[in-house]
Amino acid sequence: MTIIWDPAALLAALAGGVLIGLAAAWMALGLGRIAGISGLLGGLVDGAPDRDVRAAFIGGLLLAPALYLLLRGELPAVRMMADTPQLLLAGLLVGVGTRFASGCTSGHGVCGLSRLSPRSLVATLSFMGAGFAAVYLLRHLLA
Amino acid sequence: MKHRAQAGQAFAIGLLFGIGLLLSGMSNPQKVIGFLDLAGAWDPSLALVMGGAIAVGLPLFRLAESRSQRQLPAWSGAPIHLPGKTGITPRLVLGSVLFGIGWGIAGICPGPGLVLLGSLQWPGLVFVLAMVAGMLLFRPLDKALSR
Repeated sequence: MTIIWDPAALLAALAGGVLIGLAAAWMALGLGRIAGISGLLGGLVDGAPDRDVRAAFIGGLLLAPALYLLLRGELPAVRMMADTPQLLLAGLLVGVGTRFASGCTSGHGVCGLSRLSPRSLVATLSFMGAGFAAVYLLRHLLA
Repeated sequence: MKHRAQAGQAFAIGLLFGIGLLLSGMSNPQKVIGFLDLAGAWDPSLALVMGGAIAVGLPLFRLAESRSQRQLPAWSGAPIHLPGKTGITPRLVLGSVLFGIGWGIAGICPGPGLVLLGSLQWPGLVFVLAMVAGMLLFRPLDKALSR
């Protein structure tokens, strides 16, 4: 195993994480709810109440790249790692899995762990473990 | 009117959340796969995303929980609804495992998927459409499984 050690990337990750934590805490303190993206989007898909709050949050996420572009002049580099069939399979698994688990990286990983929730710790260890295993299988064993 | 103010706040929170995802590198699938690839050239930086978020989240969520315990509403006047912390069920674990496999295949989780779509990345649209389809499958699948 080699470790990529890039101080600028570490700093950006930490700063981005702080903004995510602030956003999640603002959601809890300001609106009294969990900033869980799969839950907010899933409720919108299911026709749950308080559509306007859910749609507004999702709209903010969708428009964040435009604001980022305005502030910094360019978007960060993106490299896709999956082809279209893989994206379709991945999306389906993420959609159905996060609904069964009632949360994803944001709801369980950020909000739940910040609340020291044992339930969210189990969810986070499960999806991270499955993520590590899937990458090992796809990029080493089957590659 | 109160609802409109709440929606305005939710919009601003979504913007801030998305800026955080973009800045952190979470919305770049290459970085996510680099983080999940322990056996390759491991990129540990994304561990700091969760680390930074939780460092800020710990005291502030404590504040939210203490308000909730004292039956105080959120700043907007909305009641504070925080989910239970117990209830470790098979569906929690199996759902998380399915999610993790999908995350490992594409390197995209729900928030970054929406941010990629908003960046007008065509693969982001493919991922989000499939994710919404997966969410639509959830209720019928859940009904069939619990019969």
